[in-house]
Amino acid sequence: MVDVIVFAVSALIILAGALGVIASKNTVHAALSLVLTFVGVAVLFIQQEVHFLAVVQIVVYGGAVVVLFLFVIMLLGVDTEEDMAIEPIAGQRSSAALTAGVMLALILGGFFLSGDTGNEGNGVALTGRPSLAAPIDSGKTNAVQLGEDLFTRNVLAFEVTGLLLTIATVGAVVMIRNRGGEDLVVDEPGTAVR
Amino acid sequence: MEVTTTWYLVLSAVLFSIGLFGLLTRRNALVMFMCVELMLNAANIAFVAFSGALNDIAGQTAVFFVLVVAAAEVVVGLSIVVALLRRRPSATADDFAELKG
Repeated sequence: MVDVIVFAVSALIILAGALGVIASKNTVHAALSLVLTFVGVAVLFIQQEVHFLAVVQIVVYGGAVVVLFLFVIMLLGVDTEEDMAIEPIAGQRSSAALTAGVMLALILGGFFLSGDTGNEGNGVALTGRPSLAAPIDSGKTNAVQLGEDLFTRNVLAFEVTGLLLTIATVGAVVMIRNRGGEDLVVDEPGTAVR
Repeated sequence: MEVTTTWYLVLSAVLFSIGLFGLLTRRNALVMFMCVELMLNAANIAFVAFSGALNDIAGQTAVFFVLVVAAAEVVVGLSIVVALLRRRPSATADDFAELKG
């Protein structure tokens, strides 16, 4: 019963945060709603005893990613209110709603109508069978197990990840660097400083 | 009543659809990035749910990689937005039309 309550509350928080992101006029409010969703997802991770990823979820998403968003919003002053009443393209919202609805139906159809019924006990016809290669060992803590899997079976992918992060950092620096002062830096309205 | 994998999967599907709707309707590039984050989180919920259902640690490893890719994506995406904001006063998706040669 406690499980159900925890799930219901975090699902509500997640969906409220998600709706806040897509419905907020102000970008700052959207970023703060995003924190709600991230924290709700972290609670669901803890509920499933995935402790390491729950902490990483809070630190990386709730900490780094959202703070990066807020830095960009605050430093560049793009926190202007957007007029939500205006629809940029005629019929955009209805076709987007249709697309999202069809996608939802497809995903749920994939979950519930898939052919392989390897897990009847879960009430859903999931594809896949219980693991043989990397079963979860209840004798080890979650972080230990994840680390072992990461550094044995996925060590190449882990190294590529490091390369990816390096490329992303270098790319960001190259793109943001001011080349030869050709850009106008507008400090206040009406004053352009070189 | 007991929380089963199905519940997590339905929640994940709904969250993904909300993110998709936001991505298609919002004009602000920053909010569009946030919607991509929502969709990635939906995938993470499904990964962890399947990891529990199939008793497989590989689902959690996949979430780890999704987190890293999401972080890299935000860094590169936001620097594109910053580079654009140097020249244009706003960061709507329409402003990216300037990128065409």
